[in-house]
Amino acid sequence: MKWNGWGYSDSRFLFNKKGQAEFTGKRYRLSGMIIPGLKDWMEGTFGASLQHKAPATPILNSTAVQPATINEAFVEEVKATTIPFSVEAEDRVFRAHGHCLHEIFALREGKIGRVPDMVVWPSCHSDVVKIVELASKHNVCLIPYGGGTSVSSALECPPEETRSIVSLDTSQMNRILWIDEKNLTAHVEAGIVGQDLERLLNESGYCTGHEPDSMEFSSLGGWVATRASGMKKNIYGNIEDLVVHVKMVTPRGVIEKSCQGPRMSTGPDVHHFIMGSEGTLGVVTEVTLKIRPMPEYQKYGSVVFPNFEQGVACLREVAKQVCAKSLSCFFWHALKPQVSSIFTSFLDGLKKFYITKFKGFDPNRLCVATLLFEGDREKVLQHEKQVYDIAAKFGGLAAGEDNGQRGYMLTFVIAYLRDLGMEYYVIGESFETSVPWDRVLDICRNVKARIIRECKDKGVQFPPLSTCRVTQTYDAGACVYFYFAFNYRGLSDPIHMFEQVEHAAREEILANGGSLSHHHGVGKLRKEWMRETVSDVGLGMLKSVKDYVDPNNIFGNRNLL
Amino acid sequence: LGELDILEERRQSGDLSHALRTFSPQPYKEKPPCSASDLSKRTLESQYLQYVFKEIATESSLSMEEVKEDARLLLEEMSQNLQLGFIRLMGYTLSKVFKRLYTNIYVNMEGLNMLQQAIQESPVILMPTHRSYIDFLIISYVLFTYDIPVPVIAAGLPLAGMKLVGEILRRSGAFFIRRSIGSDKLYWAVLSEYVKTIVRTGFAPLEFFVEGLRSRTLKSVPPKLGMMHMVLEPYFKGEVFDITLVPISISYDRVLEESLLAHELLGIPKPKETTKGLFKATKVLQEDYGCMHVNFGQPLSVRELCQGKINRSQYNLTPRQVKTSYLKHLVTLTVFRIQEEGSYISPWSLMACVLLQCPTSTLTERGMVWSELKDRTLWLKKLALRFGAHLRWPEQVSDQNVLLSMVALHHSIVAHKGDRVCLVREEVPIRKHRLSAEEEVNRTAVAMLMLASYRNQSLHIFLRPAMLATVIQVTKSTQRDELFTFFCFLKEILSNEFIFVPGKSTQDFEEACFLMKDCGAILFSPEEVTVTEAGQEVVSFLCAFIQPFIRSYQVMNTYVILVCYYTTNKNNISEKEFHLAVRSFVVKLILSGELQTYEALSSDIQKNVLSALRTLGSLLELEKIFTHSLLLTS
Repeated sequence: MKWNGWGYSDSRFLFNKKGQAEFTGKRYRLSGMIIPGLKDWMEGTFGASLQHKAPATPILNSTAVQPATINEAFVEEVKATTIPFSVEAEDRVFRAHGHCLHEIFALREGKIGRVPDMVVWPSCHSDVVKIVELASKHNVCLIPYGGGTSVSSALECPPEETRSIVSLDTSQMNRILWIDEKNLTAHVEAGIVGQDLERLLNESGYCTGHEPDSMEFSSLGGWVATRASGMKKNIYGNIEDLVVHVKMVTPRGVIEKSCQGPRMSTGPDVHHFIMGSEGTLGVVTEVTLKIRPMPEYQKYGSVVFPNFEQGVACLREVAKQVCAKSLSCFFWHALKPQVSSIFTSFLDGLKKFYITKFKGFDPNRLCVATLLFEGDREKVLQHEKQVYDIAAKFGGLAAGEDNGQRGYMLTFVIAYLRDLGMEYYVIGESFETSVPWDRVLDICRNVKARIIRECKDKGVQFPPLSTCRVTQTYDAGACVYFYFAFNYRGLSDPIHMFEQVEHAAREEILANGGSLSHHHGVGKLRKEWMRETVSDVGLGMLKSVKDYVDPNNIFGNRNLL
Repeated sequence: LGELDILEERRQSGDLSHALRTFSPQPYKEKPPCSASDLSKRTLESQYLQYVFKEIATESSLSMEEVKEDARLLLEEMSQNLQLGFIRLMGYTLSKVFKRLYTNIYVNMEGLNMLQQAIQESPVILMPTHRSYIDFLIISYVLFTYDIPVPVIAAGLPLAGMKLVGEILRRSGAFFIRRSIGSDKLYWAVLSEYVKTIVRTGFAPLEFFVEGLRSRTLKSVPPKLGMMHMVLEPYFKGEVFDITLVPISISYDRVLEESLLAHELLGIPKPKETTKGLFKATKVLQEDYGCMHVNFGQPLSVRELCQGKINRSQYNLTPRQVKTSYLKHLVTLTVFRIQEEGSYISPWSLMACVLLQCPTSTLTERGMVWSELKDRTLWLKKLALRFGAHLRWPEQVSDQNVLLSMVALHHSIVAHKGDRVCLVREEVPIRKHRLSAEEEVNRTAVAMLMLASYRNQSLHIFLRPAMLATVIQVTKSTQRDELFTFFCFLKEILSNEFIFVPGKSTQDFEEACFLMKDCGAILFSPEEVTVTEAGQEVVSFLCAFIQPFIRSYQVMNTYVILVCYYTTNKNNISEKEFHLAVRSFVVKLILSGELQTYEALSSDIQKNVLSALRTLGSLLELEKIFTHSLLLTS
């Protein structure tokens, strides 16, 4: 794994000696491939140039890391339990950040802020119970750490924290404890990473179907703690639909329900204090999840629309129908021809088609939706036909299975693309929201325009990339992703500027009826808006839960509240 | 100044080639153009109208289809049908008409360039002042000339009724709104959806007169907020990223319908707008009306104006077709202020100020001495410039000639007699032998009200200092606090007469103090305000400037309290009765020589007093006003 970028050390984009973009490694379908359009796209969209590089600090300089504040009494007692721990600089730095732009940017510059003073690796539920007890006893601050893929500053150590901070890494708690084939549930330790969970279940012929874009690295406990969402949620549901039972260790003790009833009317659901608690109340240690037999049949697909408006109208229509139930779908806005070269050259043919068919057609407004159908073969084929029929009504044209598959693959490698950008003075971020259907187009237009306006006002030379995509559909609305990136050459404090623009974009989202977050969570990045999001009383409720469960703020990452 | 006389080019090249020029403006970037009929179709099919149709159908006994048909008819009556061909026809005709009426039409190119930019960025609302019928098409004419998309224009329905002309206006982009809509729910819904669709789609710039009515008195008229509401809603509900408001000030040396307006103010009703009436008016077209000045103001971003003042997420919890209300006052008043700042004052307006301070009997009989008029006007010119006025004062001409040309231009109001200038009164119809005393008063009043209207053109320059001067003179106080309290009181009473931003009394007061100090009329410290020796002249001019308003208010208060309440004990009279009664009361006072203020006859002031009394409410308040107004007289 990289210490200052996304993903595996062997996988990254680079420009080879011929100046062609290439994706290294062997892990992905794209690995080892040349991506011809990428250079032109970087140059054209951002005004970036291969001559101007902004290289990262190659290795961690451990002298830049603050010496650890050790709570000796705590360390002694941890030693006695034989739970492994470390105070090495590298281990501490690795667990001090998520993947927000400012976090990665600082690492690339070799700047290290407050980091945990110690890392512990419990290997089971009872280890966690011991650690939490000791932390309470010695007044040590605990920050749970799962896959480290947070994009809400949730893993940042509060700089004002004076106690010893201990990172509780759940990665060793990665076993499937049992599978119940009668009830179709699996009981799993919370440190397991998404792809391992899926692989292990697959070996027994099952799956959870929970596939967030980060599933290669993110953990089950992290999903629960942030209310995660996966791209196949239309078929399998979001994390809150999948969870049957949760065990969480808090300074007050362990919270769990007494049975596995599929639904209960027993007052407010205590699971909902746990889901989305973002590590402020305790550590999730074990989860019972719904599982499904692996799908009999999978089929990719893709549809191209003449413009974003038509595409959104089509998705809305699809969301109304039954066929959405077996469909996962992302919807890409305005793929510029260069990026589309990642897709096959189907574009040229399409352009000709649209030009003859639609008046006033503009190839730059073209949009692609990628589709994935899962289920039994007959249903899939039937739903597929229904979806293509609806698409046709909105000017959508089927663009093949292959492109659908490539679109899927793109979601996993897109995070690597940001690292490439940073090598060439381009910084960027994605952020998401959920919004009622009738506001989807308005919010997309207004937020994009706001980003462009803010950049202009703040003196960014090159126009920024400001685009969006619809990634999830619901009965009453959709999840929308925004992508924002720009070339920062000539700016003295690009990160500060970037944060201001992102802040403005979030205000615009809220003003246009969008939510504070669909699934990334609040962390520390967005907590200033919590009060207006959940109302004074709502915030008070959450605070009183925190005060009861963790009066001494042992889980002191200061997220959310 | 970067101003261009657009008539100059018209005088040098052919009108026909101007009308047939290539017209390919840069439109709004977001949306592909749609036709006028698409616009109507979108309006009818909108979610909002569907929602309202359902509501109305449930409330009444009508079926959905019937309601929809009603709406379709309303929309047919309302909708514009902008066509380039008719813009060209209009361009050709207006070239001819304007050249005949005006010596110059100045347009500020800088403002025009800003507008051109703004139109590509976001939906644009053009908001001109409304002082004359001419306002109606001048903007379209200028925009056509400079290759900028021509607007659709909100107009009163009576215009649509004019044979032929109505249709021409419709095809030149006018859409028609009924005068009194009242509580007609369907009409409101159709109108607002039509307007909002225009804004949302960026169909064309939308032009409307925020004052609603043409100002009869040439001062700003309180805004009609309904239209403003409709125009702003798409921004507040997030349907557009931003809306740009462009305040436009149209200033006239001489207003086409000056005498008509004065007659209306005296209660002689406005003639119905007919094509025949228009041709009758062609006599009016034989005259010279000096120059016109079209000043395109700095475009205002609604987004910026409302930043931090409104929480847009408050509309997140209801479907957007459900009606909500929000701040529009502030936006409107900002537009007003920019309109005022952008308007140009002609030397004649200053002369009118001076003339009005001369006793009426002198004006009607012997006249004012020319040299005095000239000296006072030149003195006032200095003061106006000091106060920041935009004056249009020809440079290469001697002052004497400038003023003489003004008298010549306004021969309908004043005439030179020897070394004096006196008021021109309407000719007596030949068939009449003798006029009654009342008719005599009316004859003088027509001319005096015209003068007053021209004075009002420079009202925004002198108003706040004049209020301060009055307060200083009445209270005889030098205590700043006391002056401020009385200033606020005066402002409250006059708030129906003049447009103030509510809650900005301190700023108004400070502004007045600053201007008075700047011209050396007062000295002030945190506690005290004192008039300087040299300042006496300024103070007395300013007091006299605003005196007609204050006198009119006093007279009417006296009438309401003494006559209406105490003597007849009748506290329930209709507005029409009130106007008639007040008018005859005022005429009596004028005839007896007790009152010099002819403006008290103006229905405009009467209306304003009435609404002031209404808002100030109880009799107790009236007593207070009355006592204060006695104070003002002393």
